Amino acid sequence: MSAFQRHRRSGRVIATFTGFEADLLRSLAGQLVELLRNEAAEPDDGRDPFEAMMDFSGPTSEPEDPVLARLFPTAYRNDDEAASEFRRFTEGSLRDGKAAAASLIIDTLEDAGLPTQLDEDGLMIDVELDPDAARTWMRSFTDIRLALATRLGIEDGDDEYWFNLPDDDPRAQAHDIYDWVGYLQETLVEALSR
Amino acid sequence: MGTVSTASPEVDSGLDTTLDPDQITVLATPWVTIVWNDPVNLMSYVSYVFQQHFGYSKRKAEKLMMEVHEDGKSVVSTGTREAMERDVQAMHEYGLWATLQKSE
Repeated sequence: MSAFQRHRRSGRVIATFTGFEADLLRSLAGQLVELLRNEAAEPDDGRDPFEAMMDFSGPTSEPEDPVLARLFPTAYRNDDEAASEFRRFTEGSLRDGKAAAASLIIDTLEDAGLPTQLDEDGLMIDVELDPDAARTWMRSFTDIRLALATRLGIEDGDDEYWFNLPDDDPRAQAHDIYDWVGYLQETLVEALSR
Repeated sequence: MGTVSTASPEVDSGLDTTLDPDQITVLATPWVTIVWNDPVNLMSYVSYVFQQHFGYSKRKAEKLMMEVHEDGKSVVSTGTREAMERDVQAMHEYGLWATLQKSE
């Protein structure tokens, strides 16, 4: 199985993926970008219409999609007004940052030779990341794992439940992918910690 | 007795002049950033983030990470409200579940 390693001489973080793995990572990153751009980050509308129209700064209420709600948690637990203000000033740039990070994964894989349509057997994709890019991949893997975990309903200490699902259960397959991205992230953290 | 002041330049004003402005700010604005446990984030990742963002030593970062893991939450930074908002935003960038509040 592929893993990230630190190249001793250059200090860069490297990994080799099969075409299938690279295609899967691109698909996950692509879904994340789509989700981040899908549910528009719009301001709450319980305000004066003119004021709302003139305000492009950002949303004030928690996103409806549970994945987005996890990616952009409420910052003040007992102060709705402060929470709204915080969201208004941060969620837009957080969304942009997360979308840009996922896009970097896609661009890197395609620059490394992943074709738009994967139909070649035996294709291998070599990825080489400088430390900044490696940290960006690492952050985006977190977002991807949070998204998968939220959709699957993953909880603390439920490993046995997932392990015992029949192989043909689509949730078992999704959980395998979740585990795999976790494994990749673990090796990435390790490579960056050296 | 008279009420004539006998103040001289040597009299101790009672003010502690050893405090620098940064310390005074911290004392006056006790806000904290709290990171909460979640079933997703890897222990190694959380520890890496604490080192990377706060500049904490590996030992301190791991101690805080274990608090998050075992107690469900940990206070990871203390300071002004503005500084805590920046920390919370950074934690959200990293995908950690963080909130801020006045220190209890």
